[in-house]
Amino acid sequence: MPAKRIIPCLDVKNGRVVKGVKFQNLRDAGDPVEAAARYDAQGADEVTYLDIAATQENRGTLLDLVTRTAARVFAPLTVGGGVRSEKDFVELLRAGADKVSVNSSAVKEPGLVDRLSRLAGCQALVVAVDVKRRPGTSPTEWEVHVAGGSRPTGVEGVAWCREVADRGAGELLLTSMDRDGTRAGYDLELLEKVCGSVRVPVIASGGVGTLEHLAEGLRFADAALAASIFHDGQFTVPEAKAFLRERGFEVRP
Amino acid sequence: MTGLVALVDYGAGNLRSVENALREVGAEVAVTRDPAVVRSAARVVVPGQGSMPECAEAMRKSGVADAVVEAIRGGKPVLGICVGLQILFERGVEAGGARGLGVLPGTIERLPDTVKLPHIGWSRVRATPSCPPLLRPLDGQYLYFAHSYAAPADAQGAALLCDHGRPYCAGLSVGNLTGVQFHPEKSQAVGLALLSRFLAS
Repeated sequence: MPAKRIIPCLDVKNGRVVKGVKFQNLRDAGDPVEAAARYDAQGADEVTYLDIAATQENRGTLLDLVTRTAARVFAPLTVGGGVRSEKDFVELLRAGADKVSVNSSAVKEPGLVDRLSRLAGCQALVVAVDVKRRPGTSPTEWEVHVAGGSRPTGVEGVAWCREVADRGAGELLLTSMDRDGTRAGYDLELLEKVCGSVRVPVIASGGVGTLEHLAEGLRFADAALAASIFHDGQFTVPEAKAFLRERGFEVRP
Repeated sequence: MTGLVALVDYGAGNLRSVENALREVGAEVAVTRDPAVVRSAARVVVPGQGSMPECAEAMRKSGVADAVVEAIRGGKPVLGICVGLQILFERGVEAGGARGLGVLPGTIERLPDTVKLPHIGWSRVRATPSCPPLLRPLDGQYLYFAHSYAAPADAQGAALLCDHGRPYCAGLSVGNLTGVQFHPEKSQAVGLALLSRFLAS
């Protein structure tokens, strides 16, 4: 088994890092290339950019950002947001992304997952899944949301994770919208359920507020994605890894 | 100066990342699909990402496959990365089967389904007794992998082994030919140091 990965995530909009709470109230958090280079120097196992504006007009801004990042960061780079077609996918890979994540467009047209996976190999394709608990369900159910979390789809989350894994996703980036930005910890019930249902690596996202939360998530997931705790300087990547190592997890020095 | 590095462009997805990394360690790089440039270069790097059948096919179509084989047979330092290592073999089982360039004997097999696939992330490698100085410093290091298929642990020239479901060949060395299953261009300082040693080889 590979080492558990720590992945700082940078939400970007118009070429800047932003961070919100439950996908709302965005605030500026700096220059993405500088932040990515800083995390690379700290020994982050990977860096993720999610373009949350994701409009066709600023595709060029995103591609330029990826190109500049790839020239400075020699760690894996995952990029997502607004990927709607083979063309969007290939352009990002060509600009220097190692992996590209798709979200809304996969829900709209599931066959896109099969096609992108064939095009560049499943290892280059991450399917991002944003889910929210369905109130009053027992056992708990989660509903897939798209368009940056603004639109419920009626699609059941765990079944959707299984479907995209079967269709050729190389990894799942699983975000709990209930927890995103709250610092209340990952939705562990969700992680346990999805990680027990698919045979591809799962990246846990949404809710990290303490190092203990990372450890909780990595009991199930292969990688832990976090934003606020790193951006705000609360913890560094080496601090997170030292904590995990002490807890018995295999992490890269 | 270490001379020109021909980075073979046959449409592989990680071309840009490999180019960036080679430039970072001071290489003069020609991104090319021109057999004449491959012939005249001092060193050759073969990137690769995605499926072995498609990469092998794309390489043949681009007309640069013969020049790569010629460079290997002619004693030029050649480095294959990820699928760039896999296509050196005779065959692969991916997507119904693929014919490689056949420089090395054997078959690229799928890793066992008893573990999560693809194998994505940082895994440690260990050197075999015959590991040459170029790869030796990687013994015990974590390197970045992203693949589901691999060369067998007893492949010709196997110099580094990794485990994912079973032991497999993560790096090999046969004379002037070096192949690595991991991505040096994405393995931070440890990977860049390998590229730097390759330039000095």
